Amino acid sequence: MRRSKLPEWFVLLLPAFIILAAVVLIPLVLSFYSSFTAYRLTRPDSINNWIGFRNYVRLFEDAGFWWAFGRTVFLLTIALNLEMLLGLGLALLVNKVTWGQRGLRTIMMFPMMFSPVLVGFQFKFIFNDNIGLMNNALQSLGLTDQAIPWLVDGGLAMFSIIFAEVWMSTSVFAILILAGLFAVPQDPLEAAKVDGCTPWQTFRHITLPFIMPFIYIALAIRSLDVARAYDIVKIMTNGGPANRTELIWTQLARTGYVDAKMGLANAMGYISIFLAIFFTVYFFRKLNASRQILGMAD
Amino acid sequence: MAMDINDKHRLKNRLLKAGHLIALFIAMCIICVPGLWVVVNSFRPTVEIMAKPPVWIPTEFNLDHYRAMFGAVGEGGIPVVRYFTNSLIISVTSTLIALLVGMAGGYAFARYRFKGKAAIFVGMMLTRAVPGIALSLPLFIVFARVGIIDTHFGLILAYVAMNVPFTIWLIDGFFRQVPKELAEAAEIDGCTRWQAFWKVEFPVAKAGIASAGIFAFLTSWNEYALASQLTRSVNSKTMPVGLLDFTSEFTLNWGGMSALAVVMIIPALILTFIVQKHLIAGLTFGGVKG
Repeated sequence: MRRSKLPEWFVLLLPAFIILAAVVLIPLVLSFYSSFTAYRLTRPDSINNWIGFRNYVRLFEDAGFWWAFGRTVFLLTIALNLEMLLGLGLALLVNKVTWGQRGLRTIMMFPMMFSPVLVGFQFKFIFNDNIGLMNNALQSLGLTDQAIPWLVDGGLAMFSIIFAEVWMSTSVFAILILAGLFAVPQDPLEAAKVDGCTPWQTFRHITLPFIMPFIYIALAIRSLDVARAYDIVKIMTNGGPANRTELIWTQLARTGYVDAKMGLANAMGYISIFLAIFFTVYFFRKLNASRQILGMAD
Repeated sequence: MAMDINDKHRLKNRLLKAGHLIALFIAMCIICVPGLWVVVNSFRPTVEIMAKPPVWIPTEFNLDHYRAMFGAVGEGGIPVVRYFTNSLIISVTSTLIALLVGMAGGYAFARYRFKGKAAIFVGMMLTRAVPGIALSLPLFIVFARVGIIDTHFGLILAYVAMNVPFTIWLIDGFFRQVPKELAEAAEIDGCTRWQAFWKVEFPVAKAGIASAGIFAFLTSWNEYALASQLTRSVNSKTMPVGLLDFTSEFTLNWGGMSALAVVMIIPALILTFIVQKHLIAGLTFGGVKG
């Protein structure tokens, strides 16, 4: 390596650069190009049919697309906030346990390892209006005598999907926040006790600032794979009933593969990519800022 | 009077403790019950799953769904064994390659200073943020042209690219935990940088690197969006795609699907037990001290 003129760090990173360029960057250039064409899968030469911004204009005028877009942002906002709050709560609960904490931590990690498709199937089963655990339990307890159409009613279906999404990802937050709680120094906590702070004040002014970077790590990790919600929706409702749970990802899959309108789907794809990148950059910035406050950056 | 306050205090403490335990119990139930429900139903006969009013205490456990799943190949059944081997081959190979690439990259980030380091790092992370389904559109076109649709190779390639950014993040975190002085001391003693790496830094970070590998394995094992478009037949279909096959072909076979789900989760669960400790360490070190 010493003989080559390239710096060592570059040589070390080269394999990563090559593979990411081949599988991600170059295809993305292609999809960017094809989003300006009327490319249809059924007619391969239509990729040369340049139509300028017409795909994007069509999307901007399409109310169905904006509904899907809005629904996606809504789902992500609700899910990420709930996951963060529940994860924080769960971490605090587990942190207080003095006996059997290891076991609890292991259980907490379960949902993280489930395939999103599996999570979707599991909740499709549980929320099934006829034989699902949810309705069976509610009926057996006498809380209701009818079958609640969890996945058939638009609003309830969205709720069920958010439930599945939150179930799957809360543990990411809980685990990382718990790691943060372990790292909180004990001295200021004891000083606060001596000074007569209430538990809430101690939490708000000492614990929380220390675990903030950990919360942002969790958010940053989550923002990398927000699109996993596609798998859940695909198996639970496939965008139905009557498009009421249609997300930007399910819509783009349908446009691209079922309707074979690749050009239009790629235009949608680009909008979904910018959405994902927005979330990621936002949380990575927050992470950096909170690291700086604690003086942990190098 | 003093006794009274003491008693009140003690009562309040007891209530807090009880509340804490109850909340913890409910939380753990919500985490465990959905998975257990699927496991239990994979052993129950279909009649009992469908029963109205529901049968709460299972009267009969059997392996019928598993037998049907593994036995029905070629009779319109789902070729689970093929899907399982495909998943295994693709996940293991892509993990090994992602680890090698990730080790080189992670080492570069942990040990060298260079211009634009932060920007390159975030840029790599951004490639991971691209939604799988959006990436699958151009990949489908490219792979179709090159002729690697529905092959192991195609999916392995895609998964390596998907895993590399995250593996680099984790491994970078683990190498940072190895003191620089250790490797420098080895170099002074006459080792080359390459020798110093294998003799000093690698052994210290080994366990962490293994967890990064397991994490990459699980990502590939569980992936659906790309696999659903880049695979076509039993040649390369993976387990998650197979599970969705089930929904379209046997809409009502809940027991069979549960059995497939159990087969899919077992490797993931075993690996989780092995990694848990290192995984958290890697994520937090990479993230907090980056």
